[in-house]
Amino acid sequence: MLLVNDLSYRHSESFALEEINLEIKRGEIISLIGPNGSGKSTLLRIISHLLKPMVGTVLLDGKEIQTLGRKALARKLAMLPQIQNHTIDITVRELVEFGRNPHKRWFQSLDGEDERIIQWALEVTNLQAYEYRFLQSLSGGERQRAWIAMAIAQRPDILLLDEPTTYLDIAHQLEVMELVQMLNEQFGMTIVMVLHDINQAAQYSDRIVALKDGHIRYDGDTKKVICKVMFQEIFDIDVEIYYDRHKPFFVPIRKKQDFVVSP
Amino acid sequence: MAERPLNKEEIILGEKEHPYRKRRIGAFVFLLISIVFVSLYSVITGSVKLNLQEVWEGITGTKDSMLHTIVWDLRLPRTIVGIIVGMCLAVSGTIMQGVMKNPLADPGIIGVSSGAALMAVIITILLPKYILLLPIAAFIGGFLTAMLIYALAWQGGASVERIILVGVAVNAVIGASMSAIMLLYSDRVQAVLPWMAGVIGSATMDQAKLLLTYGIPALILSLFAIKHIRILHLGDDVAKLLGHHVERSRFFLIVVSTLLAGIAVSVSGLIGFIGLVIPHILRMIVGNDDRFVLPLSALGGGMFLVLADTIARSWFDPIELPVGLLLSFLGGPFFLYILHKRGKMRAFS
Repeated sequence: MLLVNDLSYRHSESFALEEINLEIKRGEIISLIGPNGSGKSTLLRIISHLLKPMVGTVLLDGKEIQTLGRKALARKLAMLPQIQNHTIDITVRELVEFGRNPHKRWFQSLDGEDERIIQWALEVTNLQAYEYRFLQSLSGGERQRAWIAMAIAQRPDILLLDEPTTYLDIAHQLEVMELVQMLNEQFGMTIVMVLHDINQAAQYSDRIVALKDGHIRYDGDTKKVICKVMFQEIFDIDVEIYYDRHKPFFVPIRKKQDFVVSP
Repeated sequence: MAERPLNKEEIILGEKEHPYRKRRIGAFVFLLISIVFVSLYSVITGSVKLNLQEVWEGITGTKDSMLHTIVWDLRLPRTIVGIIVGMCLAVSGTIMQGVMKNPLADPGIIGVSSGAALMAVIITILLPKYILLLPIAAFIGGFLTAMLIYALAWQGGASVERIILVGVAVNAVIGASMSAIMLLYSDRVQAVLPWMAGVIGSATMDQAKLLLTYGIPALILSLFAIKHIRILHLGDDVAKLLGHHVERSRFFLIVVSTLLAGIAVSVSGLIGFIGLVIPHILRMIVGNDDRFVLPLSALGGGMFLVLADTIARSWFDPIELPVGLLLSFLGGPFFLYILHKRGKMRAFS
């Protein structure tokens, strides 16, 4: 459903995405992993049309996202950027209402259909009791769920998440990941996320894309990508891979030994 | 984002309505009632004290009666001008604070007012033939200044600190230009002197009518700003992801707020701090949500300016203080107070 063709993007002398090709199929959960500065967040921002690529195209259902128009794109694709900083006193409900913005002309107000979707989004994210609470009074995990509720109120086919679990404690991390999994399984939402925690990526995604220095180095089934060689190449570390209930997970051993020092 | 201790009303789960609903309704009711009372107070107050019946006779009575002169030609225009100018300034400040995402933005501080003032001085002193175009000229002057400051402060984004610093520099140049014009044409300076201090006292009914024809549409236009400010508050990224055209709405907001400031300046000269103080107090009461802060600011700004003007002209008898002067005396310390409190405050932490 989403196709990235020969995409390049240069941000500065030292950083560029080059020759990115990626096909995202309907119903997949994909995680982008890679070291800091590898370009995974940038790639996500290009796919969501926050940045324009210098070369190459991004096609959504066969149409170039540039020509689609922001609103039309927002009806199909939702994204949660990394950190949401805002200064307005806004309740959970009001935040979720914003998710209906792409479906409205500027003069239109919310109708029964919107109300139904807002209630659905609150229910799915388990925030009904928080409808009239201020966002700032919520815990980090609840707040993240509220932002996800806003994104799914757009009724997107595809949901992009940029490090959705960063800054959350472990219980809230799991809560968010389980929510994401549920959105995928029950509502068929395609998920593309940038994750720092590779074990989380391995546990929850069907497919993993590993980037380094602006290039895609690995792209495939989770079980295939999570291997010792990948960790050596991408992260310069030696790891041990274990399996638990058919899901791989890794334990870091040490920084990769580039050369042997003789005693 | 820093965690903040919950207050009592927030701990109770499952509220059925917005926690600020009651105080928002309360604020509307209070301001609506007080704007009526303050307007009446300003009409009956002055060197000749009137009662309500005399006011009524003044409005309905024959054209050449003394009551008619006092009410229709002197007091009423002043009250109308006070209300509209106060509304324009407060709403202009509200919108600027929204665009800059900073509570210290204000047409006076940013330099928009002085840009508008310079154009107004040029028209009044050099081109008095075109006096009817004063509001438009003031708008253009304010707008060019706003754009200039914005451009000069831009460094991959315009931080408010930079905007204020650039504003200081631009303000200095504009102030010098105004002084130069006034020195060169010192014979005509009487026309603008009180205006520099901020007055609404000399308003005639014709001026009031002119102000209504410019001001009311601009204020109605400002209601369309609310949606743009709210969505921009979510951050540029989120706004774009929701299908919003961020640059377009920022431009629209700057135009509207400059328009309002220009209209106010063209009539009343340099009246500062209303755009800062009124929205600020309202944000503390009804929460930082422009659906409420913006219309309430209009009511509060109109009420406050009329009240301040009435006080400025009647409490310091026999001197009639320019209201701008009084507001600057009060506003300066208030500005410092916000600076001091800033960071501690939830609304803009």
